[in-house]
Amino acid sequence: MAKKKKTQAKVLSQRMLADGICDLWLETSLAEHVNPGQFIGVYPANASALLPRPISICRVNEGRNALRLVYRIVGKGTAEFALYQPGEYLSVLGILGNGFPMEKAAGRKVMLMGGGIGVPPLLELAAQLKRLPEGQKPSQISIVMGYRDAQTFLKEEFEENGALYIATEDGSVGSRGNVLDAVRENHVEADVIYACGPMPMLRAIKKYAQDNRIQAYISLEERMACGVGACLGCVCKTVHEDAHSHVNNTRICTDGPVFNAEDVDI
Amino acid sequence: MNTSVEIAGVSFKNPVMTASGTFGSGMEYAEFADLNRLGAVITKGVANVPWPGNPTPRVVETYGGMLNAIGLQNPGVDVMIERDLPYLQQFDTGVIVNVCGKSVEDYIEVVEKLSDQPVDLLEINVSCPNVKEGAIAFGQKADALYNITEQLKKHAKQPIIMKLSPNVTDIAEMAKAAEAAGADAISLINTITGMKIDIDKRRFALANKTGGLSGPAIKPVAVRMVYQAAQAVKIPIIGMGGIATAEDAIEFILAGATAVAVGMMNFHDPYATMSVIEGIEKYMQMQHVEDIRELIGAVHD
Repeated sequence: MAKKKKTQAKVLSQRMLADGICDLWLETSLAEHVNPGQFIGVYPANASALLPRPISICRVNEGRNALRLVYRIVGKGTAEFALYQPGEYLSVLGILGNGFPMEKAAGRKVMLMGGGIGVPPLLELAAQLKRLPEGQKPSQISIVMGYRDAQTFLKEEFEENGALYIATEDGSVGSRGNVLDAVRENHVEADVIYACGPMPMLRAIKKYAQDNRIQAYISLEERMACGVGACLGCVCKTVHEDAHSHVNNTRICTDGPVFNAEDVDI
Repeated sequence: MNTSVEIAGVSFKNPVMTASGTFGSGMEYAEFADLNRLGAVITKGVANVPWPGNPTPRVVETYGGMLNAIGLQNPGVDVMIERDLPYLQQFDTGVIVNVCGKSVEDYIEVVEKLSDQPVDLLEINVSCPNVKEGAIAFGQKADALYNITEQLKKHAKQPIIMKLSPNVTDIAEMAKAAEAAGADAISLINTITGMKIDIDKRRFALANKTGGLSGPAIKPVAVRMVYQAAQAVKIPIIGMGGIATAEDAIEFILAGATAVAVGMMNFHDPYATMSVIEGIEKYMQMQHVEDIRELIGAVHD
């Protein structure tokens, strides 16, 4: 794994994708070795807000040394990020976390499930799974994304990488309801699930995977401070004693954010 | 130019340390900071047995700082001895282990287990605001602080630093109690008890309701308390509380700290300790200070 660092990243472009959802491309040397599902910490310039904001990586362009972040404006930090213009610089910390285990996909039917602002990291995963060499690539890629309404950001890009099924809370696009409603309605089959989204969705996916004997890898979120495993702020309960902490707590920032759903007590 | 300082007979190459709980046991920050350049690593607090800590959310940002209620999650002293202390031994840095407990017996068990370990000093945490039993119960009353200090002095092989809470009426009285009971040094301040409310969810921002405030927001309080403690006692002081820059560190030293620790600001800038070390040297050059010890407590009545 590449050495972590705090560095400056140059804004290449930024636009709004949907209400409150920003699409930001950064030029940074951190783009060199990224696993889908990893994240970076982005620092507000406002000195009253000192902690890095964990934001998942939506796309990587190694040739251009570029990372794409698709994030939701949720507070003063992300509101500040939304104002950045091309040519300006942001401080970033990375690369953080483990990422999705793509080796589990070899020869198997995979289902990528995203909800809300958990959707973006699955785009890089879909793209990397699609271009895996024969023998390592999945036999089928199904993508099931859940949105609030018809603002189905990143939809076209997902369609380029697999069969896309959409669920919307208001029923305006695809199945009405959540991602599992879309799975049932479309009879989507899978051997392996990769998921990122709000906790109620991840809990439901964990149960669905258990009931259907599917392996599920879920990306978790928690309030974070350091991002590098030192502060023990962002822990998640584990089923077994954690090898690092020696208690039933694991660090989402360093041992995750992606976990085998069987291993975490959510 | 001399930047080395001495605490209880132990010499440190410079006065810059890491505040307990903000730097793990060094491993997590070794990718950023050269641990060989640090005066010392002060480890995350360790108890006699593993502690699971508090429910999440455990951390929340506040203006110019953060609140935490980790609850002293730690893997226990045995893991520290097997894993963390051998790791730290690879580096040319001082090692100070922060010790926590729920009862005096817990603390004694930890300091006894550490007695033959490569540890320079023990920092006794009697000031964590986030655990119900022990910890701060020993640190908010002068007689309780005196008692635990006296007991630990009987069992500890290494010199002990009592880490004081700012959540007291009179810090000088606490510093005096620690000194009178035989503490070799004191460190201050631990975090200041605080609270944040999420107005959208109409809930406490932390699962523990209250947490310890740290970061630049608390620095003036910390400098004041270090100054008051320095006026009250002769034992050395490790000063901490919101140190972000060399200028901040020098303020603490001028107020009476022999050494300083960078805490929450490691999270903002994982290289912060390195720039504080460099900045102190630069300040000494600019101000023609030959020996850093000239600065310790140089500002007073």
